[in-house]
Amino acid sequence: MSVQSSSIPKLALQAGSTRRWRTRETVWGLILILPSLIGFIAFYAVPAIRGVVISFTDWDLLTPAKAVGLANYMHLLKDPNFWRALKVTAYYVLLNIPLQTILAMVIAVMMSRLTKSLVIRSILIIPWLMPSVVVGLLWLWLMDPNIGILNAAIRALGGPTVPFLNLPDLAMPSIALINIWQYVGYTALLIFAGLQSIPGSVYEAASIDGASELQMFWKVTVPLLRPVLVFVAVTSVIGSFQIFDTIAITTKGGPVNATKVLNWYIYEQAFTRFNMGYATAISMVLFLLLIFVSMAQMRLMRAGESDV
Amino acid sequence: MTAPTQSVQTQRRPIPWGKILAWASLVLILCITLFPFWWMLRTALTYPKALFQNTASLLPVQTTLINFKRVLGLISAQEGVALGGTGQAINFILALRNSIILSMMVVVGQVTFSAMAAYAFARLRFPFRNQIFAIYIAALMVPGIVMLIPNFVLVRSLNLTNTFLGVALPAMLMTPFAVFFLRQFFLGINREVEEAALIDGADVPVVFFQVVLPMTVPAISTLAVITFINTWNNYLWPLVVANEEKVRVLTVALGVFRSQTPQGAPDWTGLMAGTTLAIIPTFLLFILMGRKILDSIQFTGFK
Repeated sequence: MSVQSSSIPKLALQAGSTRRWRTRETVWGLILILPSLIGFIAFYAVPAIRGVVISFTDWDLLTPAKAVGLANYMHLLKDPNFWRALKVTAYYVLLNIPLQTILAMVIAVMMSRLTKSLVIRSILIIPWLMPSVVVGLLWLWLMDPNIGILNAAIRALGGPTVPFLNLPDLAMPSIALINIWQYVGYTALLIFAGLQSIPGSVYEAASIDGASELQMFWKVTVPLLRPVLVFVAVTSVIGSFQIFDTIAITTKGGPVNATKVLNWYIYEQAFTRFNMGYATAISMVLFLLLIFVSMAQMRLMRAGESDV
Repeated sequence: MTAPTQSVQTQRRPIPWGKILAWASLVLILCITLFPFWWMLRTALTYPKALFQNTASLLPVQTTLINFKRVLGLISAQEGVALGGTGQAINFILALRNSIILSMMVVVGQVTFSAMAAYAFARLRFPFRNQIFAIYIAALMVPGIVMLIPNFVLVRSLNLTNTFLGVALPAMLMTPFAVFFLRQFFLGINREVEEAALIDGADVPVVFFQVVLPMTVPAISTLAVITFINTWNNYLWPLVVANEEKVRVLTVALGVFRSQTPQGAPDWTGLMAGTTLAIIPTFLLFILMGRKILDSIQFTGFK
């Protein structure tokens, strides 16, 4: 990210008041960034540091916080609920991301062959613009075991009633399905935008060299799309690890803890049990985990670049 | 398209099965995307007592607007209970109003202050400019949950829980994304007009408000729409800091409404009327600004 130096002083120089301009530039620069800087310090920088501090305390909001050192982190290592939440979250990410990315890739490639229609792109993006709360409610209704339309359709085809969100084994896959529905169009459009930036001449050259469709896909499209794919993979994994709204609206962590993901566990610890210190410690661990996963992903995906 | 065979009869164009299949799949995907919305509307327009008949009917059963009236508090509580709703008044008008107030506060504040900062980062030189900007960008990576508890503690200690200001404040002065987004646009616009104005003796704020802002209306309005939709959709933060009815926003109100199960099951027709109302503003904005939103997706995709 190159920050260009201002060219205004050059002209101000011609006007013969460089030093005065410099001071004015500094003063106005600082005035203009001041509100944002206050916002940043108050709601980003200080809270980030305060979060670390809180994670070393035992604090129920009512009595003063007690410094407990690493106790929260030690407790976390032995807390089976934490490990289960971590496992449930990882399971969700694995259910969600591969299917979503592949499906998005297929839609994007199909669209790049068929149409650039603004209407079709608009329709694909609609679910992503909706509040997750609305999406959760809507699918809770569609998936209702008794009178939901999905089960009506399954029964009409001669199948048994499927208790999508009410059965521990099915709850997480159902949540993943809901979120794939919400995000696949958006992901497809990101990939589609990437495909549009690949010049047609590259494909022409490849086809003159006698490359097959499949070869072109793997040897031309995928490598040239790599930056976009890395962006999509990293951001969607980060987002997926933080799932909350859909679960808060549909299953509330149940049935039998089957959907109690990390964010839900943090929320529960902080706002129903008022274990502020412990909840913050878990959120710090989640943060570190996300940094680690993103870096691993970027390394893996860049490693693939060398053999092109 | 050259057929490899020589005979005239076989030179008929082959049926493009691949293309037909691809179109069919695309249409199927579009149907899967849109059907839930139709079902939402269909349920909202179904008479509550008729919901259990004809569960598979694609059209509303005994079409009525009663559910919208119900969730907007336009019929009495007893009538509502008789129709299968809860006895409690569901004050969606209030929640809608709250969501509008909150979104407006955040949009106006965030866009104004972020635009000011973005302009300074793009055009003016001042000490630590690049360092401050780099720190803003680094904050883009921090997940929301990390900030949730410390920000809750802060808003609580300022005695601002259950106030609009408390919900709005963390996003009202800036978000790293907004500053980044607008800075990119300011870097892309022509400097000549600005420079001419400065040489004529205009001061920085005059140039910013009278020359630069009018030129960047498209970018500013795109950011405003993105910010509006994000604020409108937000759930966890308002749930935590503003759960009282007087400041409760739509998403939180829907969550409360969902957990009320008057007759053993959620009040589906009422809920779907509520969700339909909740997405109308987004739909309207999208119809007006769809292209800009789509373009901004490409833009953020390549940052």
